Amino acid sequence: MTQATLLALLSHWWRNPLQLFTLLAGLALATALWSGVQAVNAEARASYDAAAATLGEAQYERLVRPDGQPMAQATYVALRRAGWLVSPVVQGRLEGVRIVGIEPLTAPGGIGPVAPQEGADFGSFLTGEGQLFANAETAARLPDLDVIISPDIAPGTAVTDIGVAQRLLGKADLIDSLIVLPAQPRTRVPLAEIAADLTRQPAQGGSDIGRLTDSFHLNLTAFGLLSFAVGIFIVNGAIGLAFEQRRPVVRTMRALGLPLRRLILLMGAELMIFALIAGIIGVALGYVIAALLLPDVAATLRGLYGADVSGTLQLRPSWWLSGLAIALGGTALAASGALSQLARMPLLAAAQPRALAMAAGRRARLQGYAALVLLVLSAILMVTAEGLIGGFGLLAGLLIGAALALPLLLDACLNLMSKAAKSVTAQWFWADTRQQLPGLSLALMALLLAMAANVGVSTMVSSFRLTFTDFLDQRLASELYVRTDDAAQAAGLIGFAKDRVDAILPIQSTQTTVAGQPTEVFGARDHATYRDFWVFLQSTDDAWGTTFAGRTVLINEQLSRRAGLDVGDTMTLQDRDFQIAGVYGDYGNPIGQAVLGEAIFGMLYPDVAPRNYGLRMPPEDVPDFVAGLEAATGIPATQTINQAGIKSISLAIFERTFTVTTALNILTLAVAGFAILMSLLTLASMRVPQLAPAWAMGMTRRQIGWLELLRAVMLALLTALVALPLGLALAWALLAVVNVAAFGWQLPMYLFPADYARLGVFALLAAALAALWPALRLARTPPADLLKVFSNER
Amino acid sequence: MLLTVTDIQKTYQTADGPFAVLRGIDLCLAAGETLALTGESGSGKSTLLHLIGGLDTPDAGQIVLQGQDIAALDDTGRAALRRGTVGVVFQQFNLIPSLKVGDNIAFQARLAGKHDPAWAATLAEKMGLTPHLNKYPEQLSGGQQQRVAIARTLAAKPKLVLADEPTGNLDEATAGVVMDLMLQLVAETGAGLLMVTHSEALAARLSRRLHLRAGQVA
Ligand SMILES: Nc1ncnc2c1ncn2[C@@H]1O[C@H](COP(=O)(O)OP(=O)(O)OP(=O)(O)O)[C@@H](O)[C@H]1O
Ligand SMILES: [Mg+2]
Repeated sequence: MTQATLLALLSHWWRNPLQLFTLLAGLALATALWSGVQAVNAEARASYDAAAATLGEAQYERLVRPDGQPMAQATYVALRRAGWLVSPVVQGRLEGVRIVGIEPLTAPGGIGPVAPQEGADFGSFLTGEGQLFANAETAARLPDLDVIISPDIAPGTAVTDIGVAQRLLGKADLIDSLIVLPAQPRTRVPLAEIAADLTRQPAQGGSDIGRLTDSFHLNLTAFGLLSFAVGIFIVNGAIGLAFEQRRPVVRTMRALGLPLRRLILLMGAELMIFALIAGIIGVALGYVIAALLLPDVAATLRGLYGADVSGTLQLRPSWWLSGLAIALGGTALAASGALSQLARMPLLAAAQPRALAMAAGRRARLQGYAALVLLVLSAILMVTAEGLIGGFGLLAGLLIGAALALPLLLDACLNLMSKAAKSVTAQWFWADTRQQLPGLSLALMALLLAMAANVGVSTMVSSFRLTFTDFLDQRLASELYVRTDDAAQAAGLIGFAKDRVDAILPIQSTQTTVAGQPTEVFGARDHATYRDFWVFLQSTDDAWGTTFAGRTVLINEQLSRRAGLDVGDTMTLQDRDFQIAGVYGDYGNPIGQAVLGEAIFGMLYPDVAPRNYGLRMPPEDVPDFVAGLEAATGIPATQTINQAGIKSISLAIFERTFTVTTALNILTLAVAGFAILMSLLTLASMRVPQLAPAWAMGMTRRQIGWLELLRAVMLALLTALVALPLGLALAWALLAVVNVAAFGWQLPMYLFPADYARLGVFALLAAALAALWPALRLARTPPADLLKVFSNER
Repeated sequence: MLLTVTDIQKTYQTADGPFAVLRGIDLCLAAGETLALTGESGSGKSTLLHLIGGLDTPDAGQIVLQGQDIAALDDTGRAALRRGTVGVVFQQFNLIPSLKVGDNIAFQARLAGKHDPAWAATLAEKMGLTPHLNKYPEQLSGGQQQRVAIARTLAAKPKLVLADEPTGNLDEATAGVVMDLMLQLVAETGAGLLMVTHSEALAARLSRRLHLRAGQVA
């Protein structure tokens, strides 16, 4: 029995290879979409982690010699013996690459190869046999060394064991600095008693970038889930079609005595095997597409999919398994619905069009109510949502509600059009389109979700990029930052810099409490830099003018939100009232900030002297200046931050993110286009009887073909018009609700109309391409087939 | 007695309320006997045939086939009945379009685990289907397709053949040929035959006839 049934089931695909192809391709594409997005996510994550590592390297306190010279290794040993938890670092340059030597056993997390690749020869790292870790680009600059590709390492940097670094850099038995671990035993001997020649170099806040990155990761995760939804949707469509097509055969087989249980078992098994095959193809496809579309993503992908460094192919299970799980889980989900429907299907063809129509009408009404409820719920959540759950609930409600509402919306639209139509052809066209809608609505829903996801992703990534660069411009406006350890160094710096730079901007701050909130107060020197670069969320006309004049204060968003302070409110510092002239975005900062003019700051906090300075100068002068500064004042390069360098790295990373986004756009639209093609092909056989009357009434087949094409493009256009606001709502929900819930600050949302227009054109193109073949086929239907429709009528 | 039907009732729920299609039908059929079921359209002939074939369940009454009450069977039991004991020849052929003619003929017998290649070949030969065994159903004419459907039913050697207007879709000449073949083969296997037909001429060729009117035996 099983054999005969399997033969009958499988022969269906053998005879209808196109149906098999659409089923497998639908499953594979959904999987490819998911795994592609995962790859893209991982790439973006790796890029941001690299940026964060570069920017956040100085997050630990260090012990260094004031003259910037290396210390003896013996000093390190003595400190460890005295109870100090410190970890040695050796740094230097080789072929333009920054070599950082660390001691893996004592180094804190977050520097160096955060998690060395599995399979990497960790032993040889420890024994100093010479392995270095760097990203692919950096590795290419060190051809003679044994470099292990590790995408997590910041660009232009190679990390290795301290022994290797000492050898490579010719610093035998020398150490440049000691990282002081955050937790230290109370009982350690004071520093002065062991190593009086060392000074403590405070940590520099690197956490801002890290937090910004966290937010980006969260948003990418949300979009990963979205692509999951689109994928499941398409899988569901493919499975539903496959069942619909075989319904009569299933009926016949049951009438001939095939037990239902056996049938369901066999069909389920058949589908699972297909899902497995399609899933494997899909995961591979996702890999290939991501690798093709993203330059230098290959290294990351190797990390993800697990080809390990020593060359043996070791697939990392979590990645390809999640892809297969989508294919299998999605299929199981979709198939369980279709199979239960099959089980409930009466054995005898009810062939009662009225009952079917009534059921369809009931379903449409139900769908309408569900959509309405979901959208109303989303609208309420938009105003009230606060927690993360509320935010994600909003996202889900919006998406599902809009997808469910789409067919009804389109139907209403077409109804209006057909009423407005003057000519008979136009009337027929609209009415015929309406009749087609149920068969196409699943594909159109997929297109809607795909487009909305794209609009959302583009908006989110681009907004993020603008915010991030603005933030960098604002916070790293000066070309060079110099930290001084004491008043003498500060004086030396000012003396040296005075005639060499365009402006010296002292950075001075102190901790205090405003309205119960821990707040850092800054004193800023009157200079155009601030006016040019700082971005206010809200401000008075001359916010900087009045602030420099000592009459007003500027605060960050965090303080504004937490203390409930807005522009025009008054706030007290050192018993003196200041009006708030502006609120600025301060992305990622955990605590409140306030900025005063330099003069009034000096009056209120006379004990605070600036230790850090921002220097404005042409960017190309920076390297010479740094060298000159060290020679003249002894302030080492390690106490300077070249802002231009950091910014160019971050921007390069963003460029990569954009390639990633483009890849995502192409992929999702391809999938949606494919869903349209699939539906049109499935409908094609039903179309002949529908079109025959039009043909008989005098329309040419050519005309009919053109109208088919036009119909697809028009439906895609209507869908795109719905997708745009949905995508924007999605982006808004992510930036303004989810982000605020997770991190306490809102990412501003920018609009990119040109991007949206291009996306719309892509979507129309995808729809036109998908409709082209079915339309051509219809235009070439032999007149005999059209005639048959009439002769077959009873 | 091969088949005994006692006081069968069947009511459909429609949009306009319940609609009693069969209101107490009794009939019996011995092995080797052929019975014609006639009646105007909508009188419930197909409904009765489906109930006897285990494709649907009656609301009340008994259908005893080879001493077994089929109303008492569950879905699995009825499926076993359909593939092993009864064979249904549908008006719309209901062939499996993706299987070749040869595989279609063998399909039900294979399901029942009673596939006999020699018998299947004999049937194909007698039905004049031998040249078409490697074709797909869509490549055959209506008469040829109906002959495949009949061969498929007989290949499983059912005890009772149920036929619902088996020649309704065929022209008169073809219908005559197909009918002859079916009657001859049913006689050869010693099965009982219950056939729905609109044709007086066809009904006259069977051993008995039963006329339905308004859901009752007239
Ligand atoms: N699933 C169903 N639901 C509701 N009513 C049904 C259903 N199936 C059949 N009927 C009704 O039951 C009545 C008998 O149907 P049946 O198919 O048995 O008639 P028939 O005698 O075979 O007619 P015909 O000669 O036209 O084939 C008809 O009025 C039909 O409309
Ligand atoms: Mg009938």
